Amino acid sequence: MTDTGIGASVRRKEDYRFLTGKGRYLDDINLPGQCYAYFVRSPHAHATFTIASGKAEKEPGVIAVFTGADIVKAGLGGLICGWVITGKNGEPHKAPLHPLLAIDTVRYVGDPVAVVIAESHAQAKDAAEKVEVKYEPKPAVTSPTAALDKSAPQVHHDAPGNLCYDWEIGDRAATDAAFKKAHHVTKLKLVNNRLIPNAIEPRAALGDYNSGTDEITLYTTSQNPHVARLVISAFIQLTPEHKLRVVAPDIGGGFGSKIFIYSEETVSAWAARELKRPVKWTAERSESFMTDAHGRDHVSHAELALDKNGKFLGLKVSTVANLGAYLSTFATCVPTYLYATLMQGQYTTEAVYCEVKGVFTHTTPVDALRGAGRPEATYVVERMVEQAARDMKMDAAKLRRINFIPSDAFPYQTQVALQYDSGNYAGSMDQALELIDYKGFAKRKEQSKASGRLRGIGFSAYIEACGIAPSAVVGSLGAGVGLYESAEVRFNPTGNVTVFTGSHSHGQGHETTFAQLVSDKLGVPFDNIEVVHGDTARIPFAMGTYGSRSLAVGGSAIAKAIDKIVAKGRKIAAHTLEAAEEDIEFLDGNFTVKGTDKKMDIASVAFSAYVPHNYPSDELEPGLDESAFYDPANFTFPAGTHVCEVEVDPETGTVDVVKWAAADDFGNLVNPMIVEGQVHGGVAHGVGQALLEGCQYETDSGQLLTGSFMDYSMPRADIFPDIQVVTQVTPCPHNPLGVKGCGEAGAIAAPAALINAITDAIGTSNITMPATPEKVWRALNAGR
Amino acid sequence: MTVTVSMTLNGKKVSAEVEERTLLVSLLRDHLRHTGTHVGCDTSQCGACVVHVNGKSVKSCTLLAAQADGAHVLTIEGLAKNGELHPMQEAFRDNHGLQCGFCTPGVVMSALDLVAQTPDPSEREVRGWLEGNLCRCTGYHNIVKSILAGAKAMRKGG
Repeated sequence: MTDTGIGASVRRKEDYRFLTGKGRYLDDINLPGQCYAYFVRSPHAHATFTIASGKAEKEPGVIAVFTGADIVKAGLGGLICGWVITGKNGEPHKAPLHPLLAIDTVRYVGDPVAVVIAESHAQAKDAAEKVEVKYEPKPAVTSPTAALDKSAPQVHHDAPGNLCYDWEIGDRAATDAAFKKAHHVTKLKLVNNRLIPNAIEPRAALGDYNSGTDEITLYTTSQNPHVARLVISAFIQLTPEHKLRVVAPDIGGGFGSKIFIYSEETVSAWAARELKRPVKWTAERSESFMTDAHGRDHVSHAELALDKNGKFLGLKVSTVANLGAYLSTFATCVPTYLYATLMQGQYTTEAVYCEVKGVFTHTTPVDALRGAGRPEATYVVERMVEQAARDMKMDAAKLRRINFIPSDAFPYQTQVALQYDSGNYAGSMDQALELIDYKGFAKRKEQSKASGRLRGIGFSAYIEACGIAPSAVVGSLGAGVGLYESAEVRFNPTGNVTVFTGSHSHGQGHETTFAQLVSDKLGVPFDNIEVVHGDTARIPFAMGTYGSRSLAVGGSAIAKAIDKIVAKGRKIAAHTLEAAEEDIEFLDGNFTVKGTDKKMDIASVAFSAYVPHNYPSDELEPGLDESAFYDPANFTFPAGTHVCEVEVDPETGTVDVVKWAAADDFGNLVNPMIVEGQVHGGVAHGVGQALLEGCQYETDSGQLLTGSFMDYSMPRADIFPDIQVVTQVTPCPHNPLGVKGCGEAGAIAAPAALINAITDAIGTSNITMPATPEKVWRALNAGR
Repeated sequence: MTVTVSMTLNGKKVSAEVEERTLLVSLLRDHLRHTGTHVGCDTSQCGACVVHVNGKSVKSCTLLAAQADGAHVLTIEGLAKNGELHPMQEAFRDNHGLQCGFCTPGVVMSALDLVAQTPDPSEREVRGWLEGNLCRCTGYHNIVKSILAGAKAMRKGG
């Protein structure tokens, strides 16, 4: 290992610009002649409306006001959902129209009804108050279970009963049979609280139209600019794909919320063409709260059947998932294929069955948020397992151990469609127990008790499916796209390298890790490698960043392109060194004739390829520039065990997280420093969900009560202990790098671990997330 | 109505004519094109916009530009000298104290004010001080390590 190669904790290339204020985020971009868009939004969760924009158009600085009628007139389509779910009845999910601007009905607080475009942001915002919208409010429903009630207000006339789909996976009959053999059945109702993503950079867009070439450039806060281009072009039909360039520059965090194709970005691009001027929109935080796709929001009933020794016989789960008012880009697959397929957990449970109802409500659309389905699944499985251990009076770690899929059982076909590729679950459990000092827990509990505090310990042995995904598999399950990734590795004539990747980086450090990969495999100095991403005019067609796929899929595409570079370089070197191609070895950046000291470094090979004076021109084209697409053979399956300890103050219900041990298996690591950082951030997101964060709507009015950072509690620095991270390596057997993905693990593992610790401390399972001091105090004092 | 605001920004005299309601952060970003200072919220919670005004850390979204007339303002762009990072910036790079980088300028500027007041802060003091800075990426773990390391480097540097 070199100090900048695979496995080294190299300091990040991108940090210099971020630390000196030279990052270029969306709102930092300004174009000559730009004007500003401000969206008029519904203050009602459900209403019909009429709209008149004449007064606003006369306000100072106003250039135009557009409403839903203008969008219809322009022939633009609605926003789409890219994954078709086929229900129990064999029918596709219900997909009501999702207009860019509402036409005659609004369906959530924040639903856009008009856009005002003016010379300045302030003028647009002022004029927005003069847009006359007459609303006739209607009854609204925000809870997914209430929405299924026969008398519930209907969100869409073409989705009767507010049901988008009723879907199932697993063998119901086999699971029922397993329950008949049960010695004990553990049952819990579990609510997975609704979260608001809150990347610190708000969404933003800048549309620019070139009338000379009829091209639109859309600068946008996107995790996947080509997907945005594809949807805006092929489905919304703004302009043909080759006339639309989408640029995603430095992005201030995504966490899933910047995967999706939203109204505001699309309207900004369209308006730029209408007005022949650049149009800029930057969300205010309150707009982020109202309109960034939310996450989670499940209500589940789960039952786990065990035999007398504690072996898991069957798991049955019934879930109602809130999809919000309209279907966001990948809304349908999150509570189905990204959720129920993980119900096997790390265990040999003999039969598993899960059914999910996806439900429309008068709330912001719900879609993928860090973990996307897998945190919800882990919360179900790991709370059930912990509860079963308590019911059976067994040690929670031991109960897990006797049910773990053994490390020699891979590949392991689950009862819910996935085939796990590799893993060592007992190994991670061993590491976690050592890291937390499990043996010392009883003593620590006594010490806490002596100071009047209740100490608890909680486990979460999580598994996730990452590196999404084999295109043929997801296609057969209803995905509207392929899920490969692309890369181009280009030597420049002077021997340095530009890498073009489809994996967008918005905090993950790809510019560093991908350069490490290339440096390691091609022997080019780390500083001579530049990584380019986020611009459809520069990179090959690509699927982008989500689901912890960048290294496993995007990195594998780079590895494939590197292989092609080496193969071509070998031919060039063989010609120059006058040797047979099969006698050329490539190591550490040098092509050497086997058994001799005749060699040629790769920079010289590159030079020869671009100045082909002495070159095998009859056999090879000039140039050293190779592209590759990588379509994975399977998902990857990162897994591990997180254990945490809490202290609860029984007087106030306050929970202090006092110890956190994360034992993860991400396969091979390219940059351990970055991996640890990803775990820290993921754990923080999960701790936020378990302790602080919870989107609240007022029941009848559908008003968003948690609409600002003053009402929605975000994790802050003072709630965390030292997060201890350890990894083991069980390489992924089917991608060229042996890597699995690490970006979501913490968010997946943490909520179950933390709630298990709290319920251990307070001695009751009757607590919901976020476990606020009030809820904990009430749970402790239920009899009082 | 407009108002003329003059200030010393990162050691240089600058002046701009702005609407009276213009916030300091907007003056910096939109008028003076110093875009290193960011806006992450509309309620003065997130801290992405922290700058120094006359040596104190301030959320530049809570101050009218006019209130900074005549002031010395220091932003993230003013820290590195001749391409050399300030020890606090260097500590963030060394300790992976940033991921997406959006909250980072505000966190660094806030940290410098802490160290100015408390040259040798404890971990708990650092965590408490960061109450006004939100980060969604790092879990704060490496931010805290960075600030402790940056403070140490600054003590050594005199």
